[in-house]
Amino acid sequence: MTQAPAVSIKHLSKQYATNGPIIIDDLNLEVRAGEFVSLVGASGCGKSTLLNILSGLDNATTGTVEMAEQSTLMFQESALLPWLTAGKNIELALKLSGFPKDGRKARAQELLELVHLPNAYTQRPHELSGGMRQRVAIARALSQGRKVLLMDEPFAALDAITRDLLHDELIRIWEETGLTVIFVTHNVREAVRLGQRVILMSSKPGRIIQEWDVDFNEPRRIDEANVASLAHEITDRLRNEIRRHAN
Amino acid sequence: MPTNVKQTSGQPLEARKEAIVSLSAGLDALETNVAPQRSLRKRVLKALAPLAAVAVVLIVWQVATALQLAPVWVLPTPLMVWNSLVDQANQGILFASAFNSLRKGVQGFAISLVIATPIGIALGLNSALRGIARPLLTGLQQLPSVAWVPAAIIWFGLSDVTIFAVVLLGAVPSIANGLISGIDQIPPLYLRAGKVLGARGFSSIRHIVIPAAWPGYLAGLEQGWAFAWRSLMAAELIAISPALGPGLGQMLDTGRQLGDMSLVLGSIIVIMIVGVLIERLVFSPVRQRTLKNRGLVVGR
Repeated sequence: MTQAPAVSIKHLSKQYATNGPIIIDDLNLEVRAGEFVSLVGASGCGKSTLLNILSGLDNATTGTVEMAEQSTLMFQESALLPWLTAGKNIELALKLSGFPKDGRKARAQELLELVHLPNAYTQRPHELSGGMRQRVAIARALSQGRKVLLMDEPFAALDAITRDLLHDELIRIWEETGLTVIFVTHNVREAVRLGQRVILMSSKPGRIIQEWDVDFNEPRRIDEANVASLAHEITDRLRNEIRRHAN
Repeated sequence: MPTNVKQTSGQPLEARKEAIVSLSAGLDALETNVAPQRSLRKRVLKALAPLAAVAVVLIVWQVATALQLAPVWVLPTPLMVWNSLVDQANQGILFASAFNSLRKGVQGFAISLVIATPIGIALGLNSALRGIARPLLTGLQQLPSVAWVPAAIIWFGLSDVTIFAVVLLGAVPSIANGLISGIDQIPPLYLRAGKVLGARGFSSIRHIVIPAAWPGYLAGLEQGWAFAWRSLMAAELIAISPALGPGLGQMLDTGRQLGDMSLVLGSIIVIMIVGVLIERLVFSPVRQRTLKNRGLVVGR
């Protein structure tokens, strides 16, 4: 268990302006290779900022981020490019990752099959439902061949039925691929349903205030008693943290 | 610390996968709607609808001439205009003029496209550059490019260069401005997605910026073509020389010189028809396809 961490964050702070508010304050976190970590917190905890920094879209003000592997990022909206079909969206990602031209089409189809959308290749994003779009987005992220998957509330805009299904789907893909996943969410139950570890962040500034190991077996269900009772405990802690901001 | 080995009990992975696949398939089927195809009859009717307006104009015109509201040398009958065009066609002037004008219009538009696109991209992506150059571009766009004809004749003489210069000054600002607006309207999410996918520099422009800005760019191209065509007609009308070869503008001017109102009206109608055909056959299908592909139009 002394494996090198996939992600190692040390004393990370973020401030957009020198006299502006501190978004993230002295955050330390290690994520093991292959681990699934859920990050929960109320608004203003800097979750999205943290993912932007990890994915290279933004820079830390102070502190260091060491990534053993390259990462990719998924958003709340699928961010599929509307001028390309589902298949071509994946092919573009393959192309930009340097995948050889000959195999791109076959690989894109293979990835669509992995997310159970074997007939979606020629479909346009607007022709797909929200859940299907997020599955194509997962396939597109996987096509990049990165070992770390950062997810910024990817299921927040979906209906509950679709979301439950995508939880099962994401866990299955994680188990099959051995990816490291950092999953950011507002939804405590979702965090417990998915993560091996749930990390609770405070808001304004964002700090890690507590973490829980979740050692329930897969397949878990979001409506199971053990998931609910841990979620209950975490929610209580989260609410105490939110109350602190009342004054 | 616990490790990631908690996948041992419960259903085996294969059985769970089966359950997910069937559930997914059911949900996808529920959430996918197939848009009904419009019937052939409706589509044909819709395509022919604009002809109704043409018919109304022709009827009003015919009635006006039948009532002899004006002498025929002021308002000729539709048949006289038609015969005048047939006459031009028989002399080999009509199609040569239309073809030559269209060729110059298309060439001028193509050159404008090549010049305007890098300008639009540079100004769209660089706000400092835009602050400096966009007022000038907008000024040029506001200025009727026919105002450049005298200057162009002095600089370049009565040559094709003059014609192209005027066409370019008409079309380039419209195309560049359209592209800039298109870039302004790109949802930031696409640019972020592009970065995450690894698009940088030229590959970002090619794979993200231009396709994302395409609706605005296309609007600029349509306007640019309209400006190119108008500028060309204005230039042909003013800059007249045998060296320029036949053209619709020249045909129109010949009608004016001969006091031949039938030829004047006939030329105007041909100029309009060429403009409409380009819009219908080139721009309209591209625009429809763009909107449909991006889900920006609901089967109306």
